[in-house]
Amino acid sequence: MKNKISRKDREQSRKLNLIRVITIFVVWGAYELLSHSGLVFQGVVPSSVDVTKSIFSMITDSEFYPHVVRTLTEELAGFGIGTVSGVFIGILFGTMPFLAKMMNPWVLYLAPSPKIIFLPILLLLFGVDMGSKIAISAITAFFPVAIATYTGMLHIKPVYLKVASNFNFSPAQKIAKVYLPALVRPIVASMRLAFGTSFIVTLLAEIKMSNLGLGHLIIQYYEFLEVDKMYAVLILTFIFAMVANGLMGRLSESVRH
Amino acid sequence: MVGILIILLAALVLELAVQTNLISPFTVPAPSSVLREIPVLFAEENLIGFFITTMFIIFVASLLSFVIGTPLGWLLWKYEIFGKAYEGWLGAIFSAPIVLLYPIFLVLFGRGELTIIVMSFLVGVTPIILNTYVGLKNVPPVYIKVATSFGMSDGELFRKVLLPAALPSLFTGIRLSLIYTMINAVAIEFLISIGGLGYLVGDLYDRYDIPGMYAAVAFVLIASILFFYAIDQCEKRLNRK
Repeated sequence: MKNKISRKDREQSRKLNLIRVITIFVVWGAYELLSHSGLVFQGVVPSSVDVTKSIFSMITDSEFYPHVVRTLTEELAGFGIGTVSGVFIGILFGTMPFLAKMMNPWVLYLAPSPKIIFLPILLLLFGVDMGSKIAISAITAFFPVAIATYTGMLHIKPVYLKVASNFNFSPAQKIAKVYLPALVRPIVASMRLAFGTSFIVTLLAEIKMSNLGLGHLIIQYYEFLEVDKMYAVLILTFIFAMVANGLMGRLSESVRH
Repeated sequence: MVGILIILLAALVLELAVQTNLISPFTVPAPSSVLREIPVLFAEENLIGFFITTMFIIFVASLLSFVIGTPLGWLLWKYEIFGKAYEGWLGAIFSAPIVLLYPIFLVLFGRGELTIIVMSFLVGVTPIILNTYVGLKNVPPVYIKVATSFGMSDGELFRKVLLPAALPSLFTGIRLSLIYTMINAVAIEFLISIGGLGYLVGDLYDRYDIPGMYAAVAFVLIASILFFYAIDQCEKRLNRK
């Protein structure tokens, strides 16, 4: 009986993979056709051969890596600051219901607003270099983490807190022994979203104004109409974003068990 | 209510700090000078016009997402094998930085509002497809069996069974779609200096009109807060019915 089911499963997964492979080839073929048809300006839809060549010449070129390092530094610094302050504010709101009642609606409705709009202000405050990008990445990462932490705080069983106060836990002990263990799951799950959105915003900020970084590369290749190189940077960026997203997903899965 | 008081208090502190030159007025303008700029934005900078442009872009992009996304989600459910094959991909696309592709669309559709609409549509359509598909998939099979054993036609089945059962998930999709189209529309307007509110903020920054720029940013934030508040209220009301 068990054998039968697994054979059926295997057959289905083979079918699914077949559909996926065919889809990839159809899309790729359509793209190549469009590229060679002359229907659109060739510069916009460069042949995938050219794009692949550009990808290889890019990753073997040492001039590419300062851009990667710059973007990753900005993103990780901003993401780190945003996550830590999000956890802090979330716990603060959780322990002070009065404060939470006043400020929570603001946080909730500011959370989905377009953060990129803060960029001009941040450029004034932190300069056109890394500072403004770190700041905008931090602001973007802050909201999902703060909301998830606060929601997690609301779901901590009151019994745990009673036990902790019976044992005369200090506030620091409470945070380390009661709050954080209960909050790990929601925090890690929200970090996935926080990383994705703050990475996008960092790149957008670089596109708008910077002299180094992947976003800067994208817009520079666009302006010089080196479209195959622009595609190459975009593809590498997408691959990185998806790998990071997958790893964060794996992390939050492993925390769940 | 108390939240507003706190913000007023913060503005007062800021005002004092700027007036006493603790903070340079060239980076943070005094809240009073920002307030003074608000009527100027309405009178001279065509704020209402930009607001309408942005809202129009969001409206068209969301409508397109809904009209195209819902049938696609239904197709994925109807032809289950394709749904299974593409579900993971859709999730990946949903979390991918699609907005970065805007230079390509700029070349394809020109430097205009059409580009912003197309980009916002692309970002807004995935959550609708995904949530339509998931919503339909989670309809208990018993419902459908009962409906067919009563001899319901396909149209009736859809209207009386599938749609009501999948509605909460559909709403989630629409809400996400609206949020994403809004963020994208404003971001692209700001980046390429075309169109509505995003353009206005970028333009004021370029002209170094600092108080005006702060006022415009505040306006965008207030507009987006009201926008999301309205979506929330609509969803609550519809879910109650």
